[in-house]
Amino acid sequence: MPGVHQMKRYSAFAVAREALRFHTGWERAWRSPEPRRRYDVVIVGAGGHGLATAYYLGKNFGITNVAVIEKGWLGGGNTGRNTTIIRSNYLQDPSAAIYEKARGLYETLSQDLNYNVMFSPRGVMMLAQTQHEIRGYQRTAHANALQGVETRFITPAEVKELCPIIELDGPRYPVLGALWQPRGGTARHDAVAWGYARACSAMGMDIIQKCEVTGIRSENGKVRGVDTTKGPIDCAKLGIVVAGHSGVLAEQAGFRLPIESLALQALVSEPIKPCMDVVVMANTVHGYMSQSDKGEMVIGGGTDGFNNYTQRGSFHHIEETVRALIETFPMISRLKMLRQWGGIVDMTGDRSPILSKTPIEGCFVNCGWGTGGFKAIPGSGWAMAELMAQGRSPLAEEFSLDRFRVGKFIDESVAAGVAH
Amino acid sequence: MLILECPCCGVLADETELTAGGEAHLKRFGPESSDDEFEGYLFRRENPRGVHFERWRHSHGCGKWFHAARNTVTLEVYGTYSAQTTEPPEAIRQKISGVAPGWKWRLFK
Repeated sequence: MPGVHQMKRYSAFAVAREALRFHTGWERAWRSPEPRRRYDVVIVGAGGHGLATAYYLGKNFGITNVAVIEKGWLGGGNTGRNTTIIRSNYLQDPSAAIYEKARGLYETLSQDLNYNVMFSPRGVMMLAQTQHEIRGYQRTAHANALQGVETRFITPAEVKELCPIIELDGPRYPVLGALWQPRGGTARHDAVAWGYARACSAMGMDIIQKCEVTGIRSENGKVRGVDTTKGPIDCAKLGIVVAGHSGVLAEQAGFRLPIESLALQALVSEPIKPCMDVVVMANTVHGYMSQSDKGEMVIGGGTDGFNNYTQRGSFHHIEETVRALIETFPMISRLKMLRQWGGIVDMTGDRSPILSKTPIEGCFVNCGWGTGGFKAIPGSGWAMAELMAQGRSPLAEEFSLDRFRVGKFIDESVAAGVAH
Repeated sequence: MLILECPCCGVLADETELTAGGEAHLKRFGPESSDDEFEGYLFRRENPRGVHFERWRHSHGCGKWFHAARNTVTLEVYGTYSAQTTEPPEAIRQKISGVAPGWKWRLFK
């Protein structure tokens, strides 16, 4: 039965209490129930965006008769595969609005969810390594000032001061400055998914893992429910939040999305002592890096140029990325790489996301976040919940599917390809 | 690493030698077409999880365009063929039907 499930709060007191009784009192962070026959809302995809959508449906609109269904395991897709960078220094107003909303929500997310997502506003810098990039980032800094997003164009000397391990006069591209967002940073990606899942479960929502959607049922152009590997589930409203597999779900529903799926890679090094406390993105040479709390250097690579559903990616991209980073940070040249992985990113034509109604009434999509979705999770969930509950959302307005038909693109060159 | 045989020059080329050109056999629309037709042509790709026909250019080789039939999940290559055609050749279609039961050309509406 739906209803609020009282969960014990995490606190310093709880740690002390459990320490005194051999940690026997910790409960599972979320329930794993069997699906019921019917829900008000079904969200497909228990990644960050899907869980955040469910969470804000409950928190902001009191809609808690919700199931979040997931083919694999919770947060096992791109939520668990990204490089955890959070920033909102976008050029276009609609992008800055939704990413800054997300960044703002990240600031207090740990308190809001009672779950430590380890948001670390350590600062993000995007290096300018050509004259063209200097002009581009200065323009972005001016746009951000108008949008109320705190960014600043900084000098090479400031870059060196913030990140002493950087090589300013590299062999190919010198560092000529950077776009600096002091309140950008990183968060623990898994914890974001787990925190939302725990909060959703506490509100009485069902999170159903290892349950694949095999069909989407509609009648007279209105959504009726989904068929899954755990049986049919009816719903009044359906949210498709499945990133790289959005096209597969859309096909089941009978429409096409302007999405192509590519593999994007990331890798981490062996852990080393703390050596950089900012996030550095070098877009001209195609590489970006930050250091995790464990000491691993977290490195983002490039996307494959061709359609791909394999969650692996091509080897030569790693070579290119690592080569670029050794130019920028010569001290990492002897580092061993520990792990490499890929995720399937959903790329749109203008590199901006889609939060939209669909040709099927009651069926909504949230996709197209491409290479940079992690940073947007809270804002995306906020806007998607608003869209599903009320039929419109100011934050999502410009991101509708319609923009591809009328030609009203939100062209984000900074969101393209590798720059995340 | 993805390796395709260029049907124009016969070289077995790996992906660093090639440039991907997106979905093949698109129906093109020009002036006087409707917004819906333009949108479909420009943006709404099949993006299938499975058999995919795509354009490639042997950019660091003979420089010519060609077509490839490939699986986006297994990365199996079913074959490459000339770009001077509007449909995949029968031999490649039969080969795909043999490995992927139930697959049909233009299955996706």
